[in-house]
Amino acid sequence: MKLQTASRLAIYAVLELSADPDRQLSAAGISEKYGLSTHHLSKVLHTLGRAGLVRSVRGAGGGYAFVGNPKRTTLLDVIELFETLDETQSATHDPGLATDAGQALKSVLGEIDEMTRATLNSITISTMHMLMDRNSSGFGMVDQDQGRTPGNG
Amino acid sequence: MTVEDLTEDMQPIAIRPAEKADLTHVVMLDEKVTGIGKSDYIFDLFERYQTRRPDERFFYVAENLTPTPRKIVGFIIGEIRAWEFGSEPCGWVFAISVDHDLRESGTGAALLDRLSESFRDAGVNRLRTMISRKNHLLMSFFRSRGLMAGPYIQLEKDL
Repeated sequence: MKLQTASRLAIYAVLELSADPDRQLSAAGISEKYGLSTHHLSKVLHTLGRAGLVRSVRGAGGGYAFVGNPKRTTLLDVIELFETLDETQSATHDPGLATDAGQALKSVLGEIDEMTRATLNSITISTMHMLMDRNSSGFGMVDQDQGRTPGNG
Repeated sequence: MTVEDLTEDMQPIAIRPAEKADLTHVVMLDEKVTGIGKSDYIFDLFERYQTRRPDERFFYVAENLTPTPRKIVGFIIGEIRAWEFGSEPCGWVFAISVDHDLRESGTGAALLDRLSESFRDAGVNRLRTMISRKNHLLMSFFRSRGLMAGPYIQLEKDL
């Protein structure tokens, strides 16, 4: 799946700010680290602020701080501020949708949507930090070769 | 053997193998959490775990040490299974439950750590479980403990 740019910026910003909720960072500081547009990121931070995930602090040394609950806030919570994921089920004008083939295809794509949604809804900001720590210490993805199935041929 | 563990908010919890006297409390806790009574299943499972392959089957309870009397506040059930679905031997978590009042206290993590330790001691190095994708709370818990999507997909159909 591919996330819209705003969702990706929001996730980066939330992860950066939640790494130390006592620290305030400017939009320019975050955008520089990730090579992002400061202008676009400022808009994203505004939306995150309205959702109660970040707070803007004015004045010298001001910036943005994370004020959400990292153990309760999921990737889906952040993404859904910027885009809708259930497009397969809500689509009503796709070509051929009324045909048997269209309905069968909708059913299969809906299965994928549901898995995507369940996955994003189960990964909290705290879990993302754990995954980041694991990646930086050299423990990466699960070895998919372990999935070979000798008993099933 | 009893392992005492101070959980994240310093609740003194003992994680220990379940005993027959615990089962009524386990059934009540499970029904409170899931809304479904499974008395026969849990008593039958306990008997099987006692008598067949006890070194590969584990049923632990979490017992709150304060206040007295001690109270069962969680349990976990798992066993080593091999070659079903072509899978190499690994430790399966079949059930885990924690009293609502102790959520986010580290009790679930302590139970899972104890079961993981037993699996490792029994010679397996992979933990596996299956969760309803609608159960966001439980899925988030396992994710927070480092579990990722594995190489198998569960399929089913109505009969």
